[in-house]
Amino acid sequence: MSQETVTEIFSHELPATQWDPKKKAIEEAKIQVAMIGFCGCWGCHLSFLDMDENILGLLEKVTITRSSFTDLKRIPHHCTIGFIEGGIANDENIEVLEHYRENCDILISVGACAVWGGTPAMRNVVPLEECLREAYVDSVTAVSGAKKTIPYHEDIPKITNKVLPCHEVVKMDYFIPGCPPDGQAIYKVLDDLVNGREVDLPTEMNRYD
Amino acid sequence: MTVKITIDGQEVNARAGDNIVDVAAQNGVYIPTLCYTRGKPCLGTCRTCSVKVNGSVMAACTIPVREGMEIDVNGDEITDMRKALVELLFAEGNHNCPSCEKSGRCELQATGYEVKMMVSRFPYRFTPHPVDHASRSIWLERDRCIFCQRCVDFVRDKETNQKIFSINGRGTYARIEIDVELANKMPADQVREAAELCPVGCIIDKTQGYDVPIGKRKFEVKSIRERALGGGHR
Repeated sequence: MSQETVTEIFSHELPATQWDPKKKAIEEAKIQVAMIGFCGCWGCHLSFLDMDENILGLLEKVTITRSSFTDLKRIPHHCTIGFIEGGIANDENIEVLEHYRENCDILISVGACAVWGGTPAMRNVVPLEECLREAYVDSVTAVSGAKKTIPYHEDIPKITNKVLPCHEVVKMDYFIPGCPPDGQAIYKVLDDLVNGREVDLPTEMNRYD
Repeated sequence: MTVKITIDGQEVNARAGDNIVDVAAQNGVYIPTLCYTRGKPCLGTCRTCSVKVNGSVMAACTIPVREGMEIDVNGDEITDMRKALVELLFAEGNHNCPSCEKSGRCELQATGYEVKMMVSRFPYRFTPHPVDHASRSIWLERDRCIFCQRCVDFVRDKETNQKIFSINGRGTYARIEIDVELANKMPADQVREAAELCPVGCIIDKTQGYDVPIGKRKFEVKSIRERALGGGHR
């Protein structure tokens, strides 16, 4: 099938409920935050929710645009803060991270995977081919009788040779280590940013596990 | 004999011959160390305790104090140099804290917090390091070795005083080795001591896993800084 005959419909082109204009004006006046999870487990997003009642105060000042919480699949307009979870493990991750860099003033690497690759980076010490072979061809849990093949299709993102930290792909402005970081550590950094203070994660809040 | 030195501009009295790390700690100034432990001979391998002595960068654990020394511990430049040294260690090995048995009682991790490391400024290398589990009670996780040589110098066979651990190869080919025959003769308490002595999670006691809950682990109960300043053995 040639490229021309493919009809693609994106989710943002589908009919959607319109915002109440008053509510929309209030939200648009706030600091815009976009969030994304790349090669990670979404644990950092859950940790974001773990800031408990602090989230109420924070949402007075910020509004979340593209994220898994809002189910918005595109950054609707320029954002101030990009919250990035996960390492970079395929070409689609690279494309989306670059899109975030172009559309956010500040990018934060949140969690071990975004900061240095984390658990997915454990595959970095194994050649990619060996890794895929183990997963799809020589897998002990493979369905018996099924054709053993490494999946390949133009619609499937191509896996990078190594899982990369986000800052090796685009410039990242701040880093919150941890697997996941504590909800309060995420709150501290976001609170510093929205109040125009210099970001300072105290030693006792910093952790790598 | 007492000598007068200055640490970050503060004049202090010290016993001549004591090293800078100990003298600073006695005066409430923390200098991070990874190879040096108080009460044991200095190794000078990790350089994490680097300070400026009369303007020159030196490893503080290797330098005995002398009359009139001017020591810069917390100046911006030297503080950043120490941070860079710790970041190099994190970039060189594969230090995956979430999957490490030593997490929470790891001196490298605790020192990372003290130097305020958020990320390494150096590219992470992800070099494969084969694990050695041949010995009965010790698991050698080479990914985490920082070549401090504590085990090489201080863990010896009780009968013959022979070294049990050694470093084989040089530069990027260097790797920590274990003498399996001698290691198998180690009594359980010596194995525990060796695992404890290792500042990272390289020497792992096979009988000990994740046995302390998060929040109650060694450096969470009392930070490495407090332990270093508290006197006595860490």
